[in-house]
Amino acid sequence: MDRIPDIAPQPERLAWQMATVIAITTETPRVKLFRLKPADWHGFTAGQHVDIRLTAPDGYQAERSYSIGSAPDGSGEIELAIDLIDAGEVSPFFHEVVEVGDAIELRGPIGGHFIWRAEDGGPLLLMAGGSGLVPLMSMLRYRAAAAPEIPAALIYSARRHEDLIWRDELFRRATEDPNFTLLATLSREATPVAGIRQGRIDRALVDAALQSLPTTPKTTYICGSNPFVGAASSFALDAGLPFASIKAERYGG
Amino acid sequence: MATRGFFGKRPTDDVGERLPPGQYRTDDFPVLSAGPTPRVALADWRFTLKDGVRPVMSWNWEAFNQLPQSKLTRDIHCVTKWSKFDTAWSGVMIDDLLAEAGIAAPSEFTLAHSYDGYSTNVPTDDLINGKAMVATHFDGQPILPDHGGPARLLVPHLYFWKSAKWVNGLQFTRRDEAGFWELRGYHMRGDPWREQRFAGD
Ligand SMILES: Cc1cc2nc3c(=O)[nH]c(=O)nc-3n(C[C@H](O)[C@H](O)[C@H](O)COP(=O)(O)OP(=O)(O)OC[C@H]3O[C@@H](n4cnc5c(N)ncnc54)[C@H](O)[C@@H]3O)c2cc1C
Repeated sequence: MDRIPDIAPQPERLAWQMATVIAITTETPRVKLFRLKPADWHGFTAGQHVDIRLTAPDGYQAERSYSIGSAPDGSGEIELAIDLIDAGEVSPFFHEVVEVGDAIELRGPIGGHFIWRAEDGGPLLLMAGGSGLVPLMSMLRYRAAAAPEIPAALIYSARRHEDLIWRDELFRRATEDPNFTLLATLSREATPVAGIRQGRIDRALVDAALQSLPTTPKTTYICGSNPFVGAASSFALDAGLPFASIKAERYGG
Repeated sequence: MATRGFFGKRPTDDVGERLPPGQYRTDDFPVLSAGPTPRVALADWRFTLKDGVRPVMSWNWEAFNQLPQSKLTRDIHCVTKWSKFDTAWSGVMIDDLLAEAGIAAPSEFTLAHSYDGYSTNVPTDDLINGKAMVATHFDGQPILPDHGGPARLLVPHLYFWKSAKWVNGLQFTRRDEAGFWELRGYHMRGDPWREQRFAGD
């Protein structure tokens, strides 16, 4: 099976470095945004992530991966969106302890597969479950700036209306951008919201996204929890999308 | 340097000493793969041993299951940071595959190939002398498709991406040829105890 030529240039070595926390925003009841300025940053490709390493006073360390949600924009800063996992070790630390001005250790950018560059072309079908939106948001923001003519559709499933990350920006982009279609769905919202579907992702939603695109997507990116990625990729295969055109990133859970 | 305000939820000593650097323990069995799960029918399944481009021996599902069966219970470590202890696998040891094919490992390097088109390279030394198998069962049950069934490579002492899912062949190579993940920056060997996640680690 032929793979898409998607190999980003890899650094010789991924060194750990310190990043300063520039800004923290409460984005949803469970998601905070962290704007970081790494000391030595040479840019990244939309879809990539960083590894974070936290060190306790006695030397104990914990590491986790977080996708970059901002577009590669030459600013030397990156934005992470961290979803609070109640019993977790690292996400509650970010939510409860981290403050502007703190130094956080990280390395990156990481990932040479779940990435998109304008020259990779489209159309793009993006499917996000919960915080799986983060790397896809980077692709959407970058596409809007670098290649707005490339058609894109985003299926985005969240629990409730209040849990939709970057909600206003997404709906604004969908209104303003003729080449971008947003299909949001809420799996646990009791009250209906105009313009948003209710229920889990299903085949009908995938078909609707495909109909919004002028041709079969060149690449489909799916990101979220294991169950979400499992379901979304089966619907994509059932809808006839070629196996090798589907890329997945799984967050756990 | 310590991170301000971080103390961590450290594991107990007996757990901690089994965790390679940067890993945490989970009791779940998360899934890692770069694409959808391929749908492989047992009737079409084949596993092929190759020396370079030359096929040495090939088995269908029935013949493969006639080979000597072994068990391995090991801790596994995924590069996405989770580790799972005492995972119980059974299948065919690479040593037994080589014996069946009537050859000794012909070269120092191996590429594992899979039904989804992905590949990973593993030093041959890490596959032989009781270290690795082609696993067909997990916890006494056929391996689920999401976890690499019908058969996956199991090289438990290396990061788990080396344990190629949906494996359909091993190819011995003269040079250390980078597989799919290794071409994308992941480490050529992937020893979790030396935290060999990425090239240069
Ligand atoms: C490549 C990659 C990119 C990622 N990007 C992001 C991102 O942009 N934003 C983000 O918020 N997270 C992201 N994650 C997930 C993140 O790395 C952590 O796994 C997550 O923050 C939980 O860590 P924790 O220490 O808080 O919880 P842990 O202490 O690791 O886990 C506590 C419990 O929660 C469960 N759990 C872990 N993750 C989830 C989950 N996602 N859903 C439900 N239960 C879970 C665990 O199994 C465990 O039982 C990414 C993961 C990967 C592999």
